[in-house]
Amino acid sequence: MPSNPTPLAEAPMSTSSSTEPETRKVHAALTRTSTGHEDLRELEAGLDSLQSDALRKHRIDWSRVLLPIAALVVLVLAWQFYVSLGFKRRDLVPGPLDVLGQIGVLWGEAKLQEAVWTSLQRGIVGFLISVAIATPVGLLLAQVAPLRRAFGPLISGLQVLPSVAWVPAAIIWFGLTDATVYFVVFMGAIPSIINGLISGVDQIPPQYRRVGTVLGANRLQMAIQIILPAALPGYLSGLKQGWAFSWRSLMAAEIIAVGGTIGFGLGSLLDQGRDLSDMAIVMAAILLILAVGILIELLVFGPIEKRLLRSRGLLAGSTR
Amino acid sequence: MPVVLEQLGKRFGDGAPVLEDVNATIASGEFVALLGASGCGKSTLLNIMAGLEAPTSGALEVPSDGAAFMFQDAALFPWLTARENIELALKLRGLGKAERRVKADELLELVHLGEAGDKRPHELSGGMRQRVALARALSQDRQLLLMDEPFAALDAITRDLLHDELERIWKETGRTIVFVTHNVREAVRLGQRVLLLSSRPGRVVQEWAVTEDHRTDAGLAGQLTGVITARLREEIRRHAK
Repeated sequence: MPSNPTPLAEAPMSTSSSTEPETRKVHAALTRTSTGHEDLRELEAGLDSLQSDALRKHRIDWSRVLLPIAALVVLVLAWQFYVSLGFKRRDLVPGPLDVLGQIGVLWGEAKLQEAVWTSLQRGIVGFLISVAIATPVGLLLAQVAPLRRAFGPLISGLQVLPSVAWVPAAIIWFGLTDATVYFVVFMGAIPSIINGLISGVDQIPPQYRRVGTVLGANRLQMAIQIILPAALPGYLSGLKQGWAFSWRSLMAAEIIAVGGTIGFGLGSLLDQGRDLSDMAIVMAAILLILAVGILIELLVFGPIEKRLLRSRGLLAGSTR
Repeated sequence: MPVVLEQLGKRFGDGAPVLEDVNATIASGEFVALLGASGCGKSTLLNIMAGLEAPTSGALEVPSDGAAFMFQDAALFPWLTARENIELALKLRGLGKAERRVKADELLELVHLGEAGDKRPHELSGGMRQRVALARALSQDRQLLLMDEPFAALDAITRDLLHDELERIWKETGRTIVFVTHNVREAVRLGQRVLLLSSRPGRVVQEWAVTEDHRTDAGLAGQLTGVITARLREEIRRHAK
């Protein structure tokens, strides 16, 4: 340092003269840099406004609406083009117009409304009950290490097991009743919601727990006030997957278990189309099942997820 | 109530001791800067004082209600606004809803963030986040405030301002502050006393008193900074072999 004449090295020599206030030099980081409370407040306010981003207004981005519609139109045109080439018999590969006509017929018979309503109602009720069961179980597994070690592999395994595999067992246990359908939905949805919650908890920055401890949170407060909200993004993707599993399991159950006191759902409609060898009904049912899935994602999970991520500043730079 | 550390030692498992024979007494209302190179166990010592870790030997005496803690990153909860972050700390202390609101506003005003209470952490600058974290630490209403390099990640302009701010708040609230840093200037700027911790094992090797003259006289402060830096480098050189 002696070879390098910095102001710091000079400073000791000027000690005797620098006591007068008028020759006071501002040496940042060594002495007070502000002249009083008001000065400090003003400096901070200035720095705060320099360092904060100006609020950006959110406006409707039409490309979000128009691009998916354009993609849909292209797909339907390609479908129509393929059908009009006439490689296959029309009753084996119906065109978009045939299917649309069939949907109109089903609507006229009130069959479509009944099927969609029955399935949707079951899907939603089954899903909500799954959430109510899976959330406390998931939280418990994530927080209590021995429980997690014991049951974790089983729960992961259950997620891999297709829930359709439970249909025969459910029919034997519960017969052709709604209980069979719900049982299969639970076996599909609950493990995936539990897994989502656990992985959400695993991804919490360890600092949050330390803050919780320092702030004096007990075990229950830690779980409810800190762990659960911190794990919300992971939990939400678990819920999304749980809904997808509920819907799939429901369709599988409805296709396989027909009759008895089981009502007429979209899966039953699909099965009926197969029995009648009516490809237009089959296609209509498939498209309806897909449409319900897309609508739930678009109207329920999409907005919730977007709000959640935006409020935490996690949406910047994503392609959503 | 003072903080007393007596022959405090800490080792993790069978490894070399991180802290050995640490002795210090910190008076109530005192501002002590704990200085040391990386890996000298500063953070470990702070964690022990906070009760987050237990010492393996020796004894320590800390206020029975524990200590407030401030981390290097603000560690605010991103799902809560600035005010809600403070209110959560008050809630965990057992305060009622109305009281929480009033107290949180007071604390925000104390750190000059009265206008920013409804903003979320990601909308605040690094310096503002640290001030919210400071307000949250103060909301615990504990005499002892432990700070683990709270300004290390901030830019120099903001850091200089926060030094003034912290000094003002310390004087207003009369807390006992233990401030860990690896920045000699910061230690001289803030501490009434600077304790130098050696590395591997950590031990208090020397201490300096910083007077009011050092706060206004850059020459004096510079001189002391030079002396402490030289001693710190001597400590670091010992590990060159």
